Amino acid sequence: MSLFAARDIAIQFGGIKAVDAVTFDVKQGEVFSIIGPNGAGKTTIFNLISRIYNLTSGELIFNGKNVTKVPPHEIAALGIARTFQNIELFSQATLLQNLLIGRHCHVKTNLLSQFAFLPPARDAELAHREKVEDVISFLDLQRYRNTLIANLPYGVRKVVELGRALCIEPKLLLLDEPSSGLNVEETEAMAFWIDDIKKDLGITVIMVEHDMKLVSAVSDRVMALNYGRVIALGSPGEVQTHPEVVRAYIGGEA
Amino acid sequence: MEDAARLLQLVINGAAGGCIYGVIALGFVLIYKASEMINFAQGDLMMLGGFVAFSLIAGMGLNYWVGAALAIAIMAVFGFLLDSVVLRRVIGQPQFAVIMLTLGLGFIFRAAAGISFGYGSVTFVTPFTNKVENFGDIAIGQDSLSIVFGTVVLCAVLYAFFSKTRIGIAMQAASQNQLAAYCMGIPVRTIFSLIWGISAAASAVAGILLAPSTVLDVNMGFLGFKAFAAAVLGGFGSIPGALVGGVVIGIVEQLAGYYLPAGFQDVTWNSMLLLVLIVRPQGLFAETQRKKV
Amino acid sequence: MLQQLKTTYTQDISLFANRNAVISYAVLILALLLVPAVLGEFYVGELGGVFIFAIAGVGLMLLTGYTGLVNLGQAAFLGIGAYTNAVLMTKGVPFIFTLPLAGLVSALFGVLLAIPTMRMTGFYLAIATLAFGSIIGTVFQKWTSVTGGFDGFAVPTPSIFGFPIEGTNGVYYLSLLVLIFVIWLAINILRSPVGRAMVAIRDSEISAQSMGINLSLYKTISFATSSGITGLAGALFAHYVRFLAPDSFDILLSIQFVTIIFVGGLGSLHGAIFGAMFVRLLPQFIAIVRDDLPFGIGRMPGLEPSLFGLVLVLVILFEPLGMHGRWLKIKAWLKDFPLHRRSGIRRQKTYARSERLR
Repeated sequence: MSLFAARDIAIQFGGIKAVDAVTFDVKQGEVFSIIGPNGAGKTTIFNLISRIYNLTSGELIFNGKNVTKVPPHEIAALGIARTFQNIELFSQATLLQNLLIGRHCHVKTNLLSQFAFLPPARDAELAHREKVEDVISFLDLQRYRNTLIANLPYGVRKVVELGRALCIEPKLLLLDEPSSGLNVEETEAMAFWIDDIKKDLGITVIMVEHDMKLVSAVSDRVMALNYGRVIALGSPGEVQTHPEVVRAYIGGEA
Repeated sequence: MEDAARLLQLVINGAAGGCIYGVIALGFVLIYKASEMINFAQGDLMMLGGFVAFSLIAGMGLNYWVGAALAIAIMAVFGFLLDSVVLRRVIGQPQFAVIMLTLGLGFIFRAAAGISFGYGSVTFVTPFTNKVENFGDIAIGQDSLSIVFGTVVLCAVLYAFFSKTRIGIAMQAASQNQLAAYCMGIPVRTIFSLIWGISAAASAVAGILLAPSTVLDVNMGFLGFKAFAAAVLGGFGSIPGALVGGVVIGIVEQLAGYYLPAGFQDVTWNSMLLLVLIVRPQGLFAETQRKKV
Repeated sequence: MLQQLKTTYTQDISLFANRNAVISYAVLILALLLVPAVLGEFYVGELGGVFIFAIAGVGLMLLTGYTGLVNLGQAAFLGIGAYTNAVLMTKGVPFIFTLPLAGLVSALFGVLLAIPTMRMTGFYLAIATLAFGSIIGTVFQKWTSVTGGFDGFAVPTPSIFGFPIEGTNGVYYLSLLVLIFVIWLAINILRSPVGRAMVAIRDSEISAQSMGINLSLYKTISFATSSGITGLAGALFAHYVRFLAPDSFDILLSIQFVTIIFVGGLGSLHGAIFGAMFVRLLPQFIAIVRDDLPFGIGRMPGLEPSLFGLVLVLVILFEPLGMHGRWLKIKAWLKDFPLHRRSGIRRQKTYARSERLR
């Protein structure tokens, strides 16, 4: 069954249709990749799903619920987490704090209890901490626990952002170019993690990615975009050899 | 009919005062457009400019025009040095650090002026002081006329500079895209310092123009905050907008001073400022923008 | 000094880092309790002033240092707190109620300021708060039926359960108590989800939103707590000055508050305390050494504001982490002595973070 569906979604910036009548379904438990040349509208789709942009038309359905008009800060609580292309971590906070912020959508203690740090608040903090520790050991981040993000190397930050998204305990994970800026080894580690996230944690993944090797390694299905329109959708092999996709990447008349 | 004449008088005086705010606001905007820095000491630069001109003309007995030109040149060099020695160091720090830095510089300028020129107020007699032109029912001081005229000349000069000269076009390029400008071989850092120089010179012009209609004192730089309101009103980033904003603030202030009880002048322009910020957070002319992820 | 290893998760969320910290803070509080018995009234009064400014500093630190929202109108909240407290007391409300009410009313005004400024960042917010502060300042001067206008009015002596809190010592102990409460409150906030949400908003609004943080709600909370705490400081300030004049809450006072957190060190509670010490004690220090300086420097008019500005400029240029940051560096230097290397604490290079969309 499909966990997420986009129906005819479109957004216009001025006169430019960044995303134009795009429709796709993502099945429970699959890794769904979106590829396409620069400016094809891949990240824009993510920004639409996480409600940073408002749709010009179309519908977003998640878990059987219409989420087209949900405010952006309620998306996480529904179970949709995301990472960002250029890393949007909280750079003047420690790794631990960053991951704990990922737990924010599960915070249930009231404000008064937090202000006085009453026992319920304390217990909740410890419970969140245990969850965060699970993610830290899953991603092997123990030794950076109390390091400021600003002092971490780029490759580690990329992993921290993945970790922060996992702390949300999402049903659907949006990864925006998880391998950009990573070296070959780091990209391989990322491929393993994405596979683990799918198989061990059972999280459905939508991924925007340029690295075709990573895409073919982990994806179940691939959708190719060009100029905001879907040009191909199918298995990684099918899409890569699709004539329109080849033309979009290599050039020629679109 | 007397009321209409009075209204007209107020509007004209307000517009003249507003030109001063507009010229200072223009300084803010130039710097902001170039380097995204906000100079909270712009009003104090005006104060310094006024005092430098005063000491050259009244103190050393120079001819008014020579003294004024010299004062503007001195302030331009000062602005250039200010950027290349101090402000350049905080590039890349949060905007708020720059605000605090320039506030601190303002304290220093005020103290420096106080030590050199004293804390009392000084009357600066210029060729325009206490001369009145009569146009029918309305009497307009030459000081006001000189402000309006000076502002127009300054704007024409700046316009010609930015659109016609090579260096002016380079400045426009640098403020639109630093990196691209740098790659095209434009010395971006020097350009920024030059812009600070121009901005300080503009403030000095404001100080000299303002001198005949008021007295010079160390705390006159606080009217820089009104210039702020002007810049915001016009949409930070638009030079004509800043001038229009200045004139609007000046007129509103004059009218409020006449029709409202004493002490409410500041509330009027502050409320206007707040209102604009609330209704159009990015200013009246600029478009709302959002960081891209 | 050996690094203390952590063995349980609770250590990260406990009030004190370790046993040594408990002992040193206990000694500090004891020493502060004994101050009035040892030092003269002048010093007690000055320290009381430091406490009051430190309270306001902690308030502003939560807003500016932790949530990243600038406020150049903080003096207005001090004034609102001071007038709420003093006016209610002249109406016969006991101090035990007027103190929290002062905080509450200030917090309400904080919300009032937060709502329209919600979408502003950077210097737009700075200008908006500046305008707000100026408007409230004018209200103090013009609303003569309540504030007494330029004549001001004398603040009644507070009493708690019939015990009058009199003189310099009374205000000193009261301020110390409130300061300790406020620091406790701030630590609680910072170790709770609220505090983390504030930090998240400071560092990246867009990603905070995607983590489920309601920006408007948490910005409002931050404004309310910050101004509420400053309102408490205001209530104490009324008793500290004993005579309220409307022109004491002007923009220069607001700039002093921002200087507190900047010079002290953004993003640390210690910083707020250090900063308050600097701002309050610098003028007294100048007054003391004035006659001993050579060439009559001490008699130069405007020495105080120029030093004030100079320190602000130097701190921003050379020590963006403020006095607290410098203190941490000295501590690290002592710890590693004599094997200290400069590179260990080198400043992170930051590149321009443009707020424009290119």
